[in-house]
Amino acid sequence: MNAYTFFVTHGAEIFSTTLEHLELVLISMAIAVALAIPLGIFIVQRPALRTVALGIASVFQTIPSLALFGFLIPIPFIGGIGKRTAVVALVLYALLPILRNTYVGLTGIDPAVLEAATAMGMTPWQVMWRVRLPLALSVILAGIRTATVITIGVATIAAAIGAGGLGTFIFRGVAMVSDAVILAGAIPAALLALVADGLLAMLERRLRVS
Amino acid sequence: MSAQPEALINATIQFDAVTYSVNGTSRIPASHSERPPNTKEKILVRDIRLSIAESETVVLLGRSGSGKTTLLRLINRMLEPSSGTVLVQGRATTQWNPYALRRSIGYVIQEAGLFPHFTVEQNIALVPGLEKWEKPRIDTRVRELLKLVGLDGGDFAARYPRQLSGGQRQRVGVARALAADPQILLMDEPFGALDPVTRAELQKEFAALARRLGKTIVFVTHDLREALLLATRIVLLEHGKIVAQDAPENFLQVKHPEVRAFASCLDTDGAPGNVAGSRSDADEGLAGGGGQP
Repeated sequence: MNAYTFFVTHGAEIFSTTLEHLELVLISMAIAVALAIPLGIFIVQRPALRTVALGIASVFQTIPSLALFGFLIPIPFIGGIGKRTAVVALVLYALLPILRNTYVGLTGIDPAVLEAATAMGMTPWQVMWRVRLPLALSVILAGIRTATVITIGVATIAAAIGAGGLGTFIFRGVAMVSDAVILAGAIPAALLALVADGLLAMLERRLRVS
Repeated sequence: MSAQPEALINATIQFDAVTYSVNGTSRIPASHSERPPNTKEKILVRDIRLSIAESETVVLLGRSGSGKTTLLRLINRMLEPSSGTVLVQGRATTQWNPYALRRSIGYVIQEAGLFPHFTVEQNIALVPGLEKWEKPRIDTRVRELLKLVGLDGGDFAARYPRQLSGGQRQRVGVARALAADPQILLMDEPFGALDPVTRAELQKEFAALARRLGKTIVFVTHDLREALLLATRIVLLEHGKIVAQDAPENFLQVKHPEVRAFASCLDTDGAPGNVAGSRSDADEGLAGGGGQP
């Protein structure tokens, strides 16, 4: 069976699996953003915690993805086989790029602008919300973009621990020695990554303040 | 005259035996330029006694690292004295709410420090906004100020700082500092980064503006010409101490060696009466009255 006929006959299944993959990515990214941005804001004000937070996040990113899934499976409550474990691993993976860019964006602001903000009588909170965050937005978004692309990729491996998604086709295709089935997972995964990257890059350019 | 007892009641700003030092552990203020590289237990200003009356324009003159910016930052409580007291409107800065204090004092720095993500209008409206003024009142005030600093023609209000020239940005910086009509204006080398022609233009305009507005102004510079043009009193700092102070018309006669050092940088004939004249000569030589607003 060639790839084209497989795509035609299994179109609905490919589509629903792509949605499942996307769901995995979106949930993980939402959690990662919700954790990493506030943490980034926090470590800007507590420089002592910066090294620790960035260090831990980079340890997670260094562990090979399949190994990270393996480590999580035996852990009670968050581990086991299935989506939940996959989401935990994807979140841990996505943390570093977002956290690092949040920190770099918030601290890389022209000192004269920050001095003026303080001298005008802004409270530290107002400086954060009205000056630092708006000026750091495009840098933070660049981190989210990197994290999203990584997450789309690593999520294909999550199929190995029963999380579903486009990796299912790839692993099945390898087992069946079928290029058509492999491509049914690989092509949508690649397209997802390219489209997400393009859209977020566009948004990033819009938000950039030069 | 410099040793006369300070008149407490009339002073808008008063330094009472103020020393400020930093050591290796304390937070080093994020200022540009003025910090000496070795900050290990370093006294930046020592035993400063200075009283500034309403409507005075006091120019703090000194070399880099002489402590002039530190004095400025002590006034709006960006720094707190290590010992002694800084009084603003008769009240110690440490007794003020720091945000209320800073909103009541205009502040202009080199390169303006405008918010790049705000339009000119939003930049100027900042402090009135923090002070929760009504929108129509802010709009009126912004228009007034743009006119005051000579940016009323054209579409300046809607532009972003990157769309302005250096001189225009500095004008906006002045307008922003004046927005909430503060009684006190602090200026840290506001014209230092401008080209000589634009700088001379802004200095002259600002000198006229300052006389008209009657604000109490503390102005930091290392440029004696600028000091002679703008000041009602020049205070010379060296190594964190006040070494001389006098009215501009008498300043060049002061015998202190640091005064001589500054004076020797002026043209051969550096009498204050001739300074304005010598500057406009220089302007003509440079650009024939061109330049830009």
